[in-house]
Amino acid sequence: MGIFTSPILNYGMLAPILVVLAGAVAGVLIEAFAPRKSRSSSQLVLSVFTLVIALVALIRARGTYSNKAAMNSITFDGAGYLLQMSILIIAIIAILLLADSDKFAAAPTAAPGSDEERQAQVANIRVTEIYPLTLFAIAGMLIFTVATDLIMLFVALEVLSLPLYLMAGLARRRRLASQEAALKYFLLGAFSSAFFLFGIAYLYGYSGSITFAGIAAAITGGTANDVFLLIGISFVSVGLLFKVSAVPFHSWAPDVYQGSPTAVTAFMAAATKVAAFGAMLRIFYVAFAGDVWQWRPILTAIALITMVFGSLVAISQRDVKRMLAYSSIAHAGFLLSGVIALNKSGLDATIFYLFAYGIATVGAFAIVSLVNDASGEVTDLNRWAGLGKRSPWIAIAFSFLLLAFAGIPLTSGFVGKFSIFSAAYESGNTAILITGVLSSAIAAFFYIRVVVLMFFKDPVEDGTSVVIPSIYTRITILVSLAITLILGVFPAPVLDYISQTAFFLR
Amino acid sequence: MVTASSLVYLIGLPLFGAAFLLLIGRKADKWGHIFATAMSAGSFILGLLHFFEMSSRATEDRAITQTLFTWIEVGSFKVDAALLLDQLSICFVLLISGVGTLIHIYSISYMAHDENRRRFFAYLNLFIAAMLLLVLGNSYLNLYVGWEGVGLASYLLIGFWNKKPAYATASKKAFVMNRIGDMGLSFAIMIAFATMGTVLFEGVKESVDRVGTPTLTAIGIMLLIAATGKSAQFPLQAWLGDAMAGPTPVSALIHAATMVTAGVYLIVRSNFIFDAAPTAQLLVVIVGAITLIFGAIIGMAKDDIKKALAASTMSQIGYMIVGAGLGPAGYAFAIMHLLTHGFFKAGMFLGAGSVMHGMNDEVNMRKYGGLRKVMPITFVTFGLGYLAIIGVPPFAGFYSKDEIIATAFNSGGAQGIILGSVTLLGAVITAFYMTRVMVLTFTSKARWDEGVHPHESPVLMWLPMAILAIGSVTAGYLFTQGDALVSWLAPLFAKKEEYDELMPHSVVTVLAITAVIIGVTAALMKYQFKSVDAIAPSDVSLATRLARNDLGQDLFNEAIFMRPGQALTQGLVIVDEKVIDGAVHGIGSMAVGSGATLRRTQSGYVRSYAALILVGALVLLAAIWVVTQ
Repeated sequence: MGIFTSPILNYGMLAPILVVLAGAVAGVLIEAFAPRKSRSSSQLVLSVFTLVIALVALIRARGTYSNKAAMNSITFDGAGYLLQMSILIIAIIAILLLADSDKFAAAPTAAPGSDEERQAQVANIRVTEIYPLTLFAIAGMLIFTVATDLIMLFVALEVLSLPLYLMAGLARRRRLASQEAALKYFLLGAFSSAFFLFGIAYLYGYSGSITFAGIAAAITGGTANDVFLLIGISFVSVGLLFKVSAVPFHSWAPDVYQGSPTAVTAFMAAATKVAAFGAMLRIFYVAFAGDVWQWRPILTAIALITMVFGSLVAISQRDVKRMLAYSSIAHAGFLLSGVIALNKSGLDATIFYLFAYGIATVGAFAIVSLVNDASGEVTDLNRWAGLGKRSPWIAIAFSFLLLAFAGIPLTSGFVGKFSIFSAAYESGNTAILITGVLSSAIAAFFYIRVVVLMFFKDPVEDGTSVVIPSIYTRITILVSLAITLILGVFPAPVLDYISQTAFFLR
Repeated sequence: MVTASSLVYLIGLPLFGAAFLLLIGRKADKWGHIFATAMSAGSFILGLLHFFEMSSRATEDRAITQTLFTWIEVGSFKVDAALLLDQLSICFVLLISGVGTLIHIYSISYMAHDENRRRFFAYLNLFIAAMLLLVLGNSYLNLYVGWEGVGLASYLLIGFWNKKPAYATASKKAFVMNRIGDMGLSFAIMIAFATMGTVLFEGVKESVDRVGTPTLTAIGIMLLIAATGKSAQFPLQAWLGDAMAGPTPVSALIHAATMVTAGVYLIVRSNFIFDAAPTAQLLVVIVGAITLIFGAIIGMAKDDIKKALAASTMSQIGYMIVGAGLGPAGYAFAIMHLLTHGFFKAGMFLGAGSVMHGMNDEVNMRKYGGLRKVMPITFVTFGLGYLAIIGVPPFAGFYSKDEIIATAFNSGGAQGIILGSVTLLGAVITAFYMTRVMVLTFTSKARWDEGVHPHESPVLMWLPMAILAIGSVTAGYLFTQGDALVSWLAPLFAKKEEYDELMPHSVVTVLAITAVIIGVTAALMKYQFKSVDAIAPSDVSLATRLARNDLGQDLFNEAIFMRPGQALTQGLVIVDEKVIDGAVHGIGSMAVGSGATLRRTQSGYVRSYAALILVGALVLLAAIWVVTQ
């Protein structure tokens, strides 16, 4: 008869996660009981409020004396703190985009084109379950970046993924494409999760432990069966590389980015990337660091292919969302070089890059959602021609964000690229440095092509116009622009802060 | 007196002007132009103060630095946003803000009837700020910021009249060609950073000995590519002629006096790299020599006055690049020619603007003629610029061009003879096409369209032209008095190697003057003493037709850059859609061993995506395995 000892949870450190989960549950209750009319506004207020409280809780949790929580399955260290903060800030500006509720399906469960759907549209029904879904996903992401055992990591992966699959299918217009995207994302996500789980099993088999520290110790000990470790690392990597859309696990990204409602794409592209790279940094820096000579060449190869492939294929895209998807693939390659660097500057640079890229991405997709014609969003790039003449401010804002993606000086993208490539240089990886610079040059080409298209081509008269942004979308775009500019001109304080704060507790 | 802490205001004043005028909006329409002009003039006055302060200091203390803030700090690597004012950058500061201010004044009148004049002046201020940042940065990275900034401002200014499609296309071409150049610069910075771990001018200079010649050659070539993009040199020269679509003061400021000379600045600033990389240096000379002839030939055939002047700019910058490629012997002369060219070419562009102003915006010189009498001031100021550019003593261009030709001849061996001959030939052609411009515009019989009543321009327009004309007359003399400019700049460059003078300076001078006489006479015979058709004759030689079509530069670009680029991306799309998909499908089926089952599933794409993931995972596993073994 063992005596039951209650687990030590350290609620203070879990507070941000718990707050978000509580907000999500409250959101479900609102969905169930609040009158339809007031749901939209109360959900928005609740979500933003929840995220702000979570952010406050996060800042308060910094400085607590203990760093382990939930029976050592969560480690709350400097890097985790920064990553969680990035996710929350990105989530706050991304969730404001959900307020344009006419972008989401009136009756998500109805078949596209059915009577039921038509009735719901006529009745002008607005669904709002997207808010709690988003909050659940955010909670998953927050856990994903601080999880230090394999089980917790897998649970977090699923918690963050499942709501995203649903959210991808919620577009009001072009519902078939949206549902196709959701189904694809789900099937492929499940597929990659299976790999991930398989890898976890082998890692356990190798080390007899499910904690990162245990795996690291087993690698240092070096007595266990190497084949198990190898399979474990490979397949866990597959799961993570799928989430960050690295080649050859990228194929879902363009379809899903294109099919999902743009607001969801914005959130997914930005926040998921931070969470997935956060987990990747932790597992490679903490658990697998001892085995670096085995995985580094392979990840280097993947990073190189990803950069080059993403940049080259993006050139030929005719759809702005697909183009941004391939651009995010290319960025995944750049970010991987920070993971591979496996040094302090690599860690700092990756965190900075993630935040800068995430913020700019949300802004860019927010702008994409503004270009409309009578039947919904216009994502065909040819129809963006001459946008600079009709809506100069929007076109200038979009150009600025594209220049940030391209890494032109005085934008956050430049500082990010510069720091991540210097980290690669410091780790002696010249192949990454050279390929990185070359592919960012190629990438710059297609971003600038869009700028040229918007400013130097004559507009086509086909009813494409920019809708006046709602106050929420406006806030999102302005915040995104401001942060992108500030991080480009005065990055030093943020870089300083990151380099003082970012470390992994092993 | 002024200290290093005021350097930021050199850039700050015009930058503030630009931001202020753009933000305040229509309310500033009435006085915005004056405000912008004052900002630019303020920058010039501050520059002058710095110049006097600098010349009063001892040679070794002349360079001053102001650190603004830490820009990027990653690990051990740190870049400050810092400004460096030394003997080289002060020349540029005075040229940019001085000529810039004159062009501001000119534009007040020239753009008087444009409803967006305030915006135009805001962009002009923005350009001045960016250009000053380019020459004041203390590292390649800071220079790069200015480099991109002038690019941006120039697109805004060229595209200013973006109502007409041709103008928009011009912006686009300038945009794309400059991007190629900019890539060169960013590669150069990255290579420097990767091999030397620093991007400071000072740091790179000290590290030159540590890295091998191949690296330096690579950096040099990349810098040269950057220079060819910005300075419209072969093979990236095609955009300059089309950029003439912008307002004329813009052409004078950006495409004659300042931005297009940034390439020369870059090469001269990087003298320590080129001195240690002879191959790159040779390439510089070759590019310069080709462009100086190329531009001159195009200049002979153009009937559009601005395009003729643009071709001439291309050719004159070719001279500067040749000078810069001749090493320590030529750097100072390249800068001298750059400065004198800044005066006379800006003056002539403003003159061309004045002519267009009087001729209802007609640019075809075949419809001009006889303007000497109706526009006397324009004629005289343009004429002084003309005498300066063809190199008649004692006008400015004579001194600077003469020095470059002499240095070319004396650069040794066969190279010296070839280069000397090329620069001399260039001088002949320059004299020819500039005389042609003069004759067609001012001294031949009037061939005006009906309803055109040319008149002299208002004082705000001719005053800047007159001031620039004074510069065109005196600058060369002043710069060479007691080797003033050469000894001013000397501390920045390596010591000149002593060499045997192949050809004494006096012989070169005689040759150069003979070249001018030949060119002028030929042009007079062809245009002054024969009647000129108002419509360009079509039964001309193949050579003329080629020259009219810019020697086929657009065809060249299409064949060399555009088509292969398109083919590559198209090919990749096919690869992405067909080959990868197909291959993955095939391999995937085999891997799973049940292709039939896979094919029966409804969603075709998910099937191949999943197969791709599977194949990827197996390859990953296999690869790690191989590495481990």
